[in-house]
Amino acid sequence: MLMPRYQNIFTQVQVRGKPEMGVPLKYGQEHRKSGTTFNNWMGLIGQAQIGPVYLGWAGVLSLTFGLIAFEIIGFNMLASVGWDPVQFVRQLFWLSLEPPGPQYGFSPFVPLSEGGWFIMTGAFFTASVLLWWYRTYARAKALGMGLHVSWAFASAIFLMLVLGFIRPLLMGSWAEAVPYGIFPHLDWTAAFSIRYGNLFYNPFHALSIVFLYGSTLLFAMHGATILAVGRYGGEREIEQIVDRGTASERAGLFWRWTMGFNATMESIHRWAWWFAVLTTLTGGIGILLTGTVVDNWYLWAQEHSYAPAYPDTGMVDPALSTGGE
Amino acid sequence: MQGMHRALALAGAAAATLALVACEPGPKTIDQSGYRGTGMAQINLNSAAIVAEVPAPPYALPAPGEVTAGEAYENVQVLANVSREEFDYFMAAITAWVAPEQGCNYCHNPANMASDEIYTKTVARSMIQMNQTVNTGWDAHVKQTGVTCWTCHRGNPVPANYYTLPQERTTNSIKGKKNGQNTPIATSAFSSLPYESFGAYFGSDLGEPMSVRVGGRSMHPQADHKVSTMEAEQTYGLMMHFSQSLGVNCAHCHNSQNFANWSISGPTRVQAWHGVQMVRNINDGYISPLKGVFPDNRVGPQGDPYKVNCTTCHQGQAKPLGGVRMVGDYPALLLPPLDLTAPDDAAGEETMAQGQQIAAAN
Repeated sequence: MLMPRYQNIFTQVQVRGKPEMGVPLKYGQEHRKSGTTFNNWMGLIGQAQIGPVYLGWAGVLSLTFGLIAFEIIGFNMLASVGWDPVQFVRQLFWLSLEPPGPQYGFSPFVPLSEGGWFIMTGAFFTASVLLWWYRTYARAKALGMGLHVSWAFASAIFLMLVLGFIRPLLMGSWAEAVPYGIFPHLDWTAAFSIRYGNLFYNPFHALSIVFLYGSTLLFAMHGATILAVGRYGGEREIEQIVDRGTASERAGLFWRWTMGFNATMESIHRWAWWFAVLTTLTGGIGILLTGTVVDNWYLWAQEHSYAPAYPDTGMVDPALSTGGE
Repeated sequence: MQGMHRALALAGAAAATLALVACEPGPKTIDQSGYRGTGMAQINLNSAAIVAEVPAPPYALPAPGEVTAGEAYENVQVLANVSREEFDYFMAAITAWVAPEQGCNYCHNPANMASDEIYTKTVARSMIQMNQTVNTGWDAHVKQTGVTCWTCHRGNPVPANYYTLPQERTTNSIKGKKNGQNTPIATSAFSSLPYESFGAYFGSDLGEPMSVRVGGRSMHPQADHKVSTMEAEQTYGLMMHFSQSLGVNCAHCHNSQNFANWSISGPTRVQAWHGVQMVRNINDGYISPLKGVFPDNRVGPQGDPYKVNCTTCHQGQAKPLGGVRMVGDYPALLLPPLDLTAPDDAAGEETMAQGQQIAAAN
C-alpha cells in the first residue's frame, strides 16, 4: 500500500497537528505573525501549514514598493488603451511601459509620459527586490542558516540590474533598457540580438543556456531519483550524507550503472545550486559585454573561429555601388 | 472504466495540444533558398497557391495609327506621344482598373473631357508618370514584370493598402499613448513591435529617410554607429511589415546567422533594398507633391496623402499578382516618362522630374 505514495503527481501525505512555530528567536526578532492555518490544496503541492509569516520592516517596505511599481506599470498600460478595461484585458500581452527614447540619454529627468514613469518604476522595483533580498539574508541569519538562498537570489538580481540599469548606464542610454511588458520584452530580446549581431554567438550567452538547461536536467534527475527511492526513506537526504542507508546506496548505484558516476546526497545540491547561480551570472556578464565591449557577436565569433562560415552567396551591399543608404 | 478515463484524458490532452499549437494542417511545399543547415526555406501550404488575378485587356491592343493622342485630343500631357488608338485603349483599361463603378466621370467632366477641374485627373497623370518611372527606372526591383495601375488599385479608386503619418500627439498625457507599437495588428505581424514608422523610412516627410540598418558594423563599438536597441525595434517592426506584405519569413532574404551580412544573404535582399529606394522615390517624387491636390477625405491626420508601402503592391504575395507580366499589354506604361515643363503645370510636376532623376541615379 505504500507503493503509489511516491509515484503520484501530488504529495500524498499531509501532517496535521499543532502548528509548527519554529525555533525560539533572539530578543528583538519576534515580529513574526503568529496566525497559522492548514490548507488541503496547498498540502497537495507543499506543506499544508500556512504561516507563520514574518514580514518585518523590510518585508512591508518591499511589498509596498513592489506594489507601487506594479501599479505604475498597470496604470500606464491601462492609460495606453484610453482607460478602457475591456481593451486592457484584450491587449494585455501587447501592452507595455516603455523606457525613454535615445534622445534622453541616461538622464534621470525625463517627462513622465516620455519614460519618466519607466525610470520611477525601475527605482521602486529595484528597491523592492533589494529589500526582499535583505529578507532572505536576515531571515537566514535569524534562523542560524547558511546564506545560500540570498547568494543565489543575488545572482538573479545581478542579471536584472544589468539589463535594466547597469548596462543602460554604461551605454549612456535608457533606450537600451528592457520595456515592462509581456510581448514587448520578448520583442526587445529579439531586437537586441539582431542589433548586436546575433546573441547566440555570445559565449556567455551560450554558457548561460548550458547552465539553464543543465539546471532543468539536474532538477529532473535529482527529483526523480529521490522520489524513486522514497519507499526506502530516500527523502531523508541530508542525514544520508553521513549515514548512507539503502535508499542512498540504491540511488547512487542506479546512476553508476547507467552513467558510471553519481553525485552524492550532498554534492547533487551543490551541482544544482551552482548551475542555477551560474545561469544568471554568466547571462549577466554576456549582456554586460554586449554593446559596451562587443558590438557584433557574429563578427567576434568569426574572428575567434567560433562561428561556422557558410559559402559566399555573391551578394554585395547595393549601397556600396549606388552611394545610397 | 479506468481504461476509458485514461483514453479520454489522452484524447483531451491531444485535443488541447492541437488547439494550442499554431498548426496548419495540409500538405506543404518547402522551397530551400539557402545553404543547407541555415534554415533558409519557405514553407508554403499547397492549398494557398497564388492565384494571379489579372484582368484581361478591354479589347485587343489596336495597331497604332498616324495621329498621336496629343494631336487628337486637347490637354493630353503625359501620354501625348502615344497613338490615339492606344490612348483610347488605355483609357478603357484604366477605367476598369481604378474606377469600374464610377466610370470616366471619376476623373473627367463629361461636358469637357480636357478639363482638369476634377482632382483625380491630376492625380492620374502623376500616377501614370510614376508607373513609367517604375517600369523604366526600377528594374532592379520590378525586374521585367513591371507594374500597372492594377498592381495597386485592383478595382479600387483608392488602393486598399497605404500609410499616412500618424496623428500627432499634442498632449503630455499618457492616455492613449502607445508610441506607435504594442498593438496586435497585421502591419506588425501581430507582434508588439512599432508599426507607425513608415513615414521615417519610406519618404522624406520627416526629413532625411531613416536608415534601416541597425546591426553592429564591426566587432567592437564604433563612434559612428550609435544605434540603440529601441531603434533596432523600429527596423524589426519594418521587417515584420515586409514579411507580412510578401507572405514570406525572414529567410526569404536573410540568413538568420547574421541578418546584416550581405555575403550570406540571398539575391532577394538586394531586390528588397532597391524596393525601399523605389518606394522612397514613389512617395517623394509622385505622391507627396500632390499634397495640395487631394481633398480632405483623401489625406491622413497630418494632411499628407495616402502613401505607398510594400503592401500597396505586394498584398501578401512575394511577387505581386503572382509575377504575371501584365504591363506587356500596355506599352504606354513602358515608355520613359515625358519631361513636363509646361508653364501652367502644378508645382507637383517639378518634383516629378526630380523623382525621375532619383530613379535614373539608381
